[in-house]
Amino acid sequence: MQVIRRIRSRTLVLPAADVDTDQIFPARFLTTTSRDGLGRALFADWRFDAEGRPRPEFVLNRPESAGCSILVAGRNFGGGSSREHAPWALLDYGIRAVISTSIADIFFSNAVKNGLLPVIVDEDTHQWLLAHPGAELEIDLEAITVALPDGRRAGFPMEAFARHCLLHGVDELGYLISCLPAIEAHERTNAR
Amino acid sequence: MTKQTMFEKIWRAHEVVPESAEAPAVLYIDLHLVHEVTSAQAFRLLRERGIPVRRPDRTVATLDHATPTDTRQLFGGVPIRLESAARQIEELERNAAASGIELFGLRDKHRGIVHVIGPELGLTQPGMTIVCGDSHTSTHGAFGTLAFGIGTTEVGHVLATQCLLQRKPKTLAVEVRGKFAHGVSAKDLVLAIIAQLGVAGGSGQVIEYRGEAVRALSMDERMTVCNMSIEAGARAGMIAPDETTFTYMRGRPRAPAGAEWERALAAWQQLPSDAGAAFDREVALDASDVPPMISYGTNPGMSIPVNGIIPMRNDESFLKAMQYMAFAPGDMLAGKPVDIVFIGSCTNSRLSDLRAAAALLRGRKVASGVRMLVVPGSQQVKQAAEAEGLHEVFTGAGAEWRESGCSMCVGINGDTAPAGRYVVSTSNRNFEGRQGQGARTLLASPVTAAAAAVTGRITDPRDLMS
Repeated sequence: MQVIRRIRSRTLVLPAADVDTDQIFPARFLTTTSRDGLGRALFADWRFDAEGRPRPEFVLNRPESAGCSILVAGRNFGGGSSREHAPWALLDYGIRAVISTSIADIFFSNAVKNGLLPVIVDEDTHQWLLAHPGAELEIDLEAITVALPDGRRAGFPMEAFARHCLLHGVDELGYLISCLPAIEAHERTNAR
Repeated sequence: MTKQTMFEKIWRAHEVVPESAEAPAVLYIDLHLVHEVTSAQAFRLLRERGIPVRRPDRTVATLDHATPTDTRQLFGGVPIRLESAARQIEELERNAAASGIELFGLRDKHRGIVHVIGPELGLTQPGMTIVCGDSHTSTHGAFGTLAFGIGTTEVGHVLATQCLLQRKPKTLAVEVRGKFAHGVSAKDLVLAIIAQLGVAGGSGQVIEYRGEAVRALSMDERMTVCNMSIEAGARAGMIAPDETTFTYMRGRPRAPAGAEWERALAAWQQLPSDAGAAFDREVALDASDVPPMISYGTNPGMSIPVNGIIPMRNDESFLKAMQYMAFAPGDMLAGKPVDIVFIGSCTNSRLSDLRAAAALLRGRKVASGVRMLVVPGSQQVKQAAEAEGLHEVFTGAGAEWRESGCSMCVGINGDTAPAGRYVVSTSNRNFEGRQGQGARTLLASPVTAAAAAVTGRITDPRDLMS
């Protein structure tokens, strides 16, 4: 997994609340056995019309959105289906961090495991970000802050272990495998 | 000794390593359920790293999500029409065989929707931790289990170690007092709960449903309620095991038997939350206040009484939902025309759901121009329904009777609704495009869905019930 320390980018803003993973990655693309190249299906039904032509009004299709790697989303982003294809598609498209006031539990967990940084900010910071699409931000995972263009910094919560894994590119499976002696002891004790 | 909730008892019994400030808990998983759509990438990761499946004996696989429900494709020698789905099915068949995992394959009489067959076979047992790469894993909480959905990376973690890294969630008690009114079902209750909590109201929490009205529910109904916990954003939902649970479990093929049954029963009886155990949060509602419900928007929290009117809101997601559904605030849903009726999914495809829908349909016909699809949750449910003649009630009324699977709930198996059409569906999600690009879903109970099929319009089922 890629190491994350700082992410500096302009923002893409998708203000709607409760954007579910069926919107992020529509179900009909789920019959794949790969996790590569899924960015083409990202927000497919919002990005393209029934004939597959880009909808010019959708934020991802606007010229100023090119190269943005921070997505500012409305509250409760990523609810619904547990499909990990949602963070896979966002990362493949080039998004490296999602900022909101709340992010659904399973999406949050899936994002962290793939090096997509979920950033929960306070209501005031969120309102400012929603009102200023394209703002140049710097997310600092060591300091656990988001720096706004005017120099203000907002802190965000990040669970210690997840932060450690993201900062050092540590793979959680490796950690779990290092716990195998304790797992075996637990199985013996519980006759499992 | 401190008073514990059922969640705390199950959590503690499965802590391999308790959580600390530095690291989450290592939580032991008793049962891992696997299906074709969210497992291939996990098996591939293990192969690439040379890691074997650690406990194939605690892993059970089935085919449901991408699997066709068309009898000809399963039993008639017709190839599976969706090539990508066929490849996914073959890949799980290969992965299961290579790892020694039991798979309920395409033509197995025990195949079905993962959350229907687990309980049906007695694999789901009180006190267990159960995970699956599917958010509706919360269904199994109806038996007093801690059951939750995980992503594919975590599927890999469980295949490799039988454990997950988890921070301990908070607890939310949802107390349901009183008695259900006539014509009101568990589906109506859970839609009312989600409308009250909101789609993120359960976030970071495990819900325990309790109270007089919950105790009165059958196991099928309890599964319907726990199933939709995720639609309130909750990590899991659970209901304390009791005599209803034990009666359901006794004699199931994979349930303990003989002396083992007695030992298991004694342990299960210790699971319910201690009297006076504290929850992080508690909410209450009265079952007698719950009418038949239906959704009007594009998430399950946007639900109202079937004879109610769409409320006024000004936020972007509501306005977008109105545009997508072609509804307006102040609209009455009852009387609006319906194109398709779908009875199925892990929420409402069990025998009692089919019985309820058939009781309303008996002696009636599906309205002209309406397509009705009835998809049993498992091959066992199908067989039991056919033994009672329910399939003849459905086909006699003009409905399609299918093989088991997720069908039109997820729309990746050949069963989809066309753009712009209105589907009254007993499934769990009315998200944009969920049942097909541009399709418009209205979530409801099996009787409300059956009533819509008969009249061709959204209908209060009590108007058709004797």
